Amino acid sequence: MRDRLWILAGLALFVAAITVPFWYVHTPARDLTKIPDITLPVNQKQCVAPVEYMRTSHMKLLMTWRFQVVREGERKYVAFNHKVYNKSLTGTCLGCHNKEQFCDRCHTYAGVSGPYCWNCHNPSPTRAVAAAPETIRPEEDAPNLAQGLSAHLLSQIRHEQPSSFPRSRP
Amino acid sequence: MKITRKDFLRLTGLSFLAVGSMEAARAIAGRGSSVKDSSGNPAKRAVQWGMVVDLRKCQKDKGCTACIQACDSAHNIPQLSDPRHQVKWIWTQPYETVFPYIQNGYAEQSDAGIPVPLMCNHCASPPCVHVCPTQATWKRADGIVMMDWHRCIGCRYCMAACPYGSRSFNWVEPRPHIPHINPDFPTRTKGVVEKCNFCEERLAKGLKPACVDACPEKALVFGNLADPNSEPRKLLRKRFAVQREPELGTGPSVYYLV
Repeated sequence: MRDRLWILAGLALFVAAITVPFWYVHTPARDLTKIPDITLPVNQKQCVAPVEYMRTSHMKLLMTWRFQVVREGERKYVAFNHKVYNKSLTGTCLGCHNKEQFCDRCHTYAGVSGPYCWNCHNPSPTRAVAAAPETIRPEEDAPNLAQGLSAHLLSQIRHEQPSSFPRSRP
Repeated sequence: MKITRKDFLRLTGLSFLAVGSMEAARAIAGRGSSVKDSSGNPAKRAVQWGMVVDLRKCQKDKGCTACIQACDSAHNIPQLSDPRHQVKWIWTQPYETVFPYIQNGYAEQSDAGIPVPLMCNHCASPPCVHVCPTQATWKRADGIVMMDWHRCIGCRYCMAACPYGSRSFNWVEPRPHIPHINPDFPTRTKGVVEKCNFCEERLAKGLKPACVDACPEKALVFGNLADPNSEPRKLLRKRFAVQREPELGTGPSVYYLV
């Protein structure tokens, strides 16, 4: 047991190394109650659906809109408060929301890099996209995954695909 | 009950014959009905959007590309110089390459070389729709052969199937090649097939297609081919019209007055 010191030191190092993520997240300096720093629209008070629904299910709503507009030609959305909206990501959603300060900030926060809306859709109804392909920013805040929000969002995304498509064969 | 060898063989033979004749009858009946369907009787639809191109009017200004420019800017079509990468929704080709089957001796000389505007024919029986493995392209109730770019996987089966070359593939990222992006219409992305959509986004607002509105000579006439009193049907009653390669049985909805 001449190497006892070495073995114990190595073991301690090993344990420290594999538990780094836990230490990293639970550093007192990190504020786990921090929510994404998003800029809310100034020109509107009410979204097309209640905030709670939009927070958890906006991707479902967008996929439904996409399906109805493209495949069924159904372009009008009657909201919960009987207001009628145009089903349009660029025209309606981004008429109020700002892509960088709203969509991107929360998606980055939640570690959701998934949807490639902006490869084709314009980020603003008035401002055309810069004539260069969009690049998705890598997540800088990975430990916040521990918050579980991203897992929740991901589970929502997995269930948003419409289950059936109309048969097109004539 | 005891069955003799002879009875057994007789019964087996008769069963095979019955099954075989049923299959044959079904095949004959099925083929008959599919031929009727694929001829795409337009009267079956309440709406079949279509277009009539008056080549006499179109020829008046030979260098005019107003329809192409209107479409390009409305639909964010990239301007690529490499012909292998070009994206075309509406484009022109010389008359003799568009209608090779009406070239009779010297008859073609009067029209040789005139540019004929071409676009998706929105066929009654679109071959592109039959081959699409993801149903990214389909025929709408109003006859428009529509595309869902979200679902396109870029396999290009539709391009191989289309006899009119109406479909283009995005070989390169299109955004850097669009001079002025129209924010109201999405761009496409690399790896997606696209084509003329008869301006379905404008039809939804009650507008006519961009090319039709842009034509200074009103050479493009758009309307419901299923309605006998529509503008295109009135023109087709008055003048001789041709379709592109009608012998293929696709039932094009774009007619040319020659």
